[in-house]
Amino acid sequence: MDFFGDYTLRVVALGSGVLGAAAGALGAFAFLRRQSLVGDALSHAALPGIALVFLITGSKAPFPIMIGAALAGWIATLAVRLVVRRSRVPYDSALGMALAVFFGFGLVLLTLIQKRPDAAQAGLESFLFGQAASLLREDVVAMTILGAGCLAVLALLWKEFKLLSFDTEFGESLGRPMRRLDGLFTLLLVVAVVIGLRTVGVVLMSAMVVAPAAAARQLTNRLAPMVIIAATIGVFSGVTGAVLSSVIPHLPTGPTIVLVLSAVVVVSLIFAPKRGLLWRWIRLGRLQPAAALDPVLMHLYALSLQHPAEPDHGHGLAVLRTMSPSGADLEQVLGDLQLRGLVSAVGEGLWAPTPIGRREAEKILDREAGS
Amino acid sequence: MAIDDTPAMEVEDLTVAYSDQPVLWDIDLVVPVGDKMAIVGPNGAGKSTLIKAAMGLVPSVAGEVRVFGRPFAKGRGEIAYVPQRSSLEWDFPTDVLDVVTMGTYGSLGWFHRPGAAERDRARKALDEVTMGAFERRPIAQLSGGQQQRVLLARALVQEAPILMLDEPFQGVDAPTEQAIVAVLDRLSDEGKTVIVVHHDLQTVPEYFDSVLLLNVRAIESGTIADVFTEENLRLTFGGRVGVLAQLAEAETGR
Repeated sequence: MDFFGDYTLRVVALGSGVLGAAAGALGAFAFLRRQSLVGDALSHAALPGIALVFLITGSKAPFPIMIGAALAGWIATLAVRLVVRRSRVPYDSALGMALAVFFGFGLVLLTLIQKRPDAAQAGLESFLFGQAASLLREDVVAMTILGAGCLAVLALLWKEFKLLSFDTEFGESLGRPMRRLDGLFTLLLVVAVVIGLRTVGVVLMSAMVVAPAAAARQLTNRLAPMVIIAATIGVFSGVTGAVLSSVIPHLPTGPTIVLVLSAVVVVSLIFAPKRGLLWRWIRLGRLQPAAALDPVLMHLYALSLQHPAEPDHGHGLAVLRTMSPSGADLEQVLGDLQLRGLVSAVGEGLWAPTPIGRREAEKILDREAGS
Repeated sequence: MAIDDTPAMEVEDLTVAYSDQPVLWDIDLVVPVGDKMAIVGPNGAGKSTLIKAAMGLVPSVAGEVRVFGRPFAKGRGEIAYVPQRSSLEWDFPTDVLDVVTMGTYGSLGWFHRPGAAERDRARKALDEVTMGAFERRPIAQLSGGQQQRVLLARALVQEAPILMLDEPFQGVDAPTEQAIVAVLDRLSDEGKTVIVVHHDLQTVPEYFDSVLLLNVRAIESGTIADVFTEENLRLTFGGRVGVLAQLAEAETGR
């Protein structure tokens, strides 16, 4: 099949890619701010906005519908904030309530619309689970403009959003208007969610926000790579899911995208280096018995005796290696000793016994002498 | 002490309330330039709240803060703030150098990114807290003491004349405590003003020049010799202060 020669498919792929990039990148920050649920509340809350705009204007033109959806989502976040500030209802409960109330209201409006003579023409049900095949050129233009706008703001205010996510109070102490930045971030998230509503649908859109970030966090320990990986996963799943659902008849786009995404997340949860389940399993499985550790501890102890005044003096891997039998996995052994609190890394590639480690070494010496 | 008498920081009638219950009542405080002041008091006395309110990080019901004689809004840039280590999310995906570089963000405009000059400043501060070898270490892999030194380095980068630290000695190892004390001493020698929320009464006379005894109200503030007395400690901490009182006596030679 000629995927990229087909005009419709190209349009669909472009739209889904843009939304994947915007939702993935902003989702990374939402994830780090522990606001993953906000995406869920926003997308569900958008439904009454969509329905009301159609009831008022009688049209499905992309910009009015997106503005209606965004306004409804925005009002929902304001309601959540108001409830949290004025009552003892905790944040997650307030989010859940807002989600249910707005989504329920949206479903009622949708039922009303379906009883109207122009119901078939409305086709608003596609907003529930998404229908990428119904994307028009004008939809994709609107999505691209908004998505690129979101990413541009994110890039321009990179360090401010980093402060917002890592240490809001410190940002405020520098005199940055953190509360306004928080509002701006929510606005960007609203926009990212709204541009995905036609393609992915309100029910599953939150997966586009949360899942790429969760997978990306597994794969890196730095912010910029995490955001880029999350955006890339978003693009990949968006395009794959949208194209599949356009080619295979009656396959709704949202669920297809989410299935692709889930596969990516599961793979990264299992196979990610350092943080993945497989890694942990191997790591714990390879934990050395004490017998393998003792010689290295003794070597470090002997080395530390040469610097009696300086117990934290670091000793290099190279020195330890010459003292150990060849083929021993020295770094692994040192890691295990560190887990037991017997040695500590005092610099890159420099190791020293801890006070407990020195005590342990002395005990071993006593034992050897006694036997 | 400074030649001119304008204090580094003045707090007047500061009152803070959370949902109608006052946490701080009518706090008055004058911190002279070059002073090294400890804020001590029992749990729930409002120590952290006081420095947060003084920096406008929590809303105050009433009160005024002046920095070098100017209203707080204009003097904000003169204060570097070190939050409580435990209030941060240390699983954040970034490394030591990046966190310390955040100290330069205040002097960078909107849309400007930190460059080589900013990173050099950050490296210098890291060396001061003997964390130079750790600049590429993900912050998730730091010990508590290392985290605290990173936060101190971030504040040093700001090169502010006033530093406010929230419980910097909480749960850190002895070398870190010594490193922090050395840095605070040096800052004070350079004429900078240091205000520290502190929980260990035993080290107050050794580490600080003056003290604010706080228990929702400002019980007393002034030099260690004048203020750190058995009677004042008893007023601040209630009855459970027998050992501490002896300590104060021994330290102040009464």
